[in-house]
Amino acid sequence: MSTWNMITFQDSNSLYSDNLISFHDFIMLFIIMIISLTLFFIVDLMLNKFMNLLLLKNHMIEIIWTLIPMFILMMICYPSLKILYFIDEMFNPYFSIKAIGHQWYWSYEYPEFNNYEINCYMNNYMNKNQFRLLETDNRLIIPFKISLRLLVSSVDVIHSWTIQSLGIKVDAVPGRINQLNLFSIRPGLFFGQCSEICGINHSFMPIMLESTSYFNFINWMNNNNN
Amino acid sequence: MVKYTQLGNATTLETPADLKPKTAPYDPRFPNQNQTRYCYTSYLDFHRCKKRHSEEYEACKYFKKVYTAMCPLAWTTNWDEQIENGNFPGDI
Repeated sequence: MSTWNMITFQDSNSLYSDNLISFHDFIMLFIIMIISLTLFFIVDLMLNKFMNLLLLKNHMIEIIWTLIPMFILMMICYPSLKILYFIDEMFNPYFSIKAIGHQWYWSYEYPEFNNYEINCYMNNYMNKNQFRLLETDNRLIIPFKISLRLLVSSVDVIHSWTIQSLGIKVDAVPGRINQLNLFSIRPGLFFGQCSEICGINHSFMPIMLESTSYFNFINWMNNNNN
Repeated sequence: MVKYTQLGNATTLETPADLKPKTAPYDPRFPNQNQTRYCYTSYLDFHRCKKRHSEEYEACKYFKKVYTAMCPLAWTTNWDEQIENGNFPGDI
């Protein structure tokens, strides 16, 4: 989860996040090089007393400063598209979970476990040992290292379901079912918040995901269904 | 850290061998993120199958599994009601 004064990404907990963070670092390499070069030109030209009054055209330099950005953009777009389609790809899922956005809470359905349904409302900030605006009364519990299908939809307005440390975000659109791969590589508590302005309590419908072992998950599920 | 040449490469996921997928499988008719048609089509398929055979028929059970996995509960209960009242718009 994010903490105070954090300027980097949250710790990665999935393959998607690993890819996205590495891709971000890779792009920052170019951005920083371009910005420093441009700044250098600007400052240099301002402080420079030389002027080339007779310069009307220079084909060579035009060709160079067109071709170099072209190659840079190609270098960036190739992994970008590859990751985009990688995230879209569905691995064979073990079971499905449906996340339904409501004004203003999330509800989850486990269709393979007797259609077990939970509603997740935000907790009151009563105890000082909890995370304000992030904790919910019920958690979405998943087993880790098992690939699951998450189906996101809504019943009223557009919401958006996201867990940043898993590198996933998808809009919950009424009348439409969006699918994504839910996969966590380690156990833990992961937090997210609704990411589409959905009304007055938009800030108060957090997502709390608990990733645990398959054994614990099944135990929890059996207790619920009994 | 993922290398440049490895970005976006599929990784093999190690899952316990005794786990069998028990949900709707990937369907090449619906390769997109939008799975709305997968839900609706399998709901229709189930009811057509039920009309032709019966609910206990093997293929019908499969369609039922798929639509329960894909459709939100609110949608299917709504459609079930419509079928009962005879005003379901789909072609069954």
